[in-house]
Amino acid sequence: MATHPGVIVRTFSGLKKDPLGMTGFVLVSLILLFTVFAAWLAPYDPLEVDVYDRLSSPSAAHWLGTDQLGRDVLSRVLFGGQVALKVSLVAISASLSIGLVLGMMAGFGPRWLDRILVVSFDTVRSFPTIMFALAIIALTGPSLNTVIVVIILTSIPVYARVVRTQTQALRERDFILAERAMGASTLRILRDHVLPNIAAPLLILASMDVPSVVGMEAGLSFLGLGVSPPTPSWGSILNDGYSYLRNSPWPIIAGGLPLIAVTLGFTFFGESLRDIFDPKLRRKDQ
Amino acid sequence: MNEPVLNIQDLSVSYQTERGPLQALRHVSLAVPEGKIIGIVGESGCGKSTLIASIIRLLAPNARIGTGAINFKGRDLLTLSPEAMRSLRGSGISMVFQDPMTSLNPVLTIGRQMADVQHRSRASRTEKRARALMMLERVGIPDSASQLRRYPHTLSGGMRQRVAIAMALMTEPSLLIADEPTTALDATLEVQIIHCLQQLQREFGCSILFISHHLGVIAELCDEVIVMYAGEVVESGTTREVFLEPRHPYTQKLLECDPARIRHRTRQLPVIEGSLPNLVELPRGCIFRGRCVQSIARCDTERPALSGGQHKSACHLLDTAS
Repeated sequence: MATHPGVIVRTFSGLKKDPLGMTGFVLVSLILLFTVFAAWLAPYDPLEVDVYDRLSSPSAAHWLGTDQLGRDVLSRVLFGGQVALKVSLVAISASLSIGLVLGMMAGFGPRWLDRILVVSFDTVRSFPTIMFALAIIALTGPSLNTVIVVIILTSIPVYARVVRTQTQALRERDFILAERAMGASTLRILRDHVLPNIAAPLLILASMDVPSVVGMEAGLSFLGLGVSPPTPSWGSILNDGYSYLRNSPWPIIAGGLPLIAVTLGFTFFGESLRDIFDPKLRRKDQ
Repeated sequence: MNEPVLNIQDLSVSYQTERGPLQALRHVSLAVPEGKIIGIVGESGCGKSTLIASIIRLLAPNARIGTGAINFKGRDLLTLSPEAMRSLRGSGISMVFQDPMTSLNPVLTIGRQMADVQHRSRASRTEKRARALMMLERVGIPDSASQLRRYPHTLSGGMRQRVAIAMALMTEPSLLIADEPTTALDATLEVQIIHCLQQLQREFGCSILFISHHLGVIAELCDEVIVMYAGEVVESGTTREVFLEPRHPYTQKLLECDPARIRHRTRQLPVIEGSLPNLVELPRGCIFRGRCVQSIARCDTERPALSGGQHKSACHLLDTAS
């Protein structure tokens, strides 16, 4: 995307007028800071077992208490964030790129190709995501990479459909015809003229997609289909904690809060970005 | 006289529709000589747009080229490979579009788009920028260096059309197709753009195929005029001949209806009675017969051919008169 002079200025002046957006921005920044610097911030090794200090309540030594094996929950939450972030970063950038290419092919290519692609997008989307994930994991065995592959496969159609619609709307525009008349190749038109026009909505969509990807990873890890123990993930922290819910609610609370923070943070921030850069997409009821 | 830059012979194009083939162009022949400005005039639906699209070969997918040849500097464009055709677009033939509000990419700066047009040149980025600056100055855009950083929506319609012209001429094409480039602009700007085009044509020595339904603009700018009606050429000649001694009844009517020619107050502007014939089921005989006040028996049965020396027209009345 051509750097608009003042993209950052515009973002911040927009955020100033939008308290929810600002909250989202602060939450997102905090989450990023905490997870990126988890190794320095975590008070303990997240895998260190201390059988004498199991399921303890928050204290000066363990701010969020310990789990059933006496591991420090705060450290596990911080390192669990790295898993969540890695999954969302890899999965979203991969599905965004693949979806972009497929969506442009469907939107700009011949009609038969469009038909085939749309049918395959709809086919993938017609499976309930968790069922689809279970089926694939049953075939390949649980691992974080499988989770990433499943998320990529199910998110590609989401991006591809948005790209397809936007590309179709653009292909009939005069400036695209003008480019053709001036001898631009299809690749050049797509790369230099269509892409900058759809980049903004696409990036906003991606930022609002983070919570669902993080939630999906947590969900699969909760079911024991994601990361393998003892690696901490927000989902596995919840799974470890929920059998001991009556004795100690702290692991559940500690595993759940960051999920809520991610969801609220990225949603508020994404909506605010959308309002700033693409007011046309704003919902009518607002 | 030199070989014409563009020579269209007997071109017929039809669109496949549910009701049958719509014959948008029938046996169109015209020539654009080197260094001349040729005007094409005709009402909406007369085939102007189809003609342009056939020349640059960007016809709608349901269009079929029936007969004919489009000769551009000795090469038949209709038999050229898609690759060869694409490399000709924007280098040999350039185009300026009707509405400058929509023909520039809204999210790229002027400078970026002007550099992008030069994608075939191996020049460095600074050289391309320098060329863009020079072109902007030649089309009369003040303070061109700062304009390069601006986005299309910050420019006025006239400025944008100048930018579009600059982009089209950047590659020094032999033929510039201007598709109603002044229709979307107001009258003062229209004059400015016309003068700008005229001056640039002299400087670059390119030929211009100028499409318009504004007779005044054609009279002002063009060396020769081609009058089209319902997909056929009905009259062609030098601007002077066609405007001063129109031969075809359609041209005569068209000139009568030009608001600039009306001398006295009137409540109703003159119109040509009737409407365009159905191009799916063509009437026999002369295409203009249904609206012509001078039609004779022969017009019902026989299609008049375009005849005459320099000043040609397609009408039976001229045969009987001579």
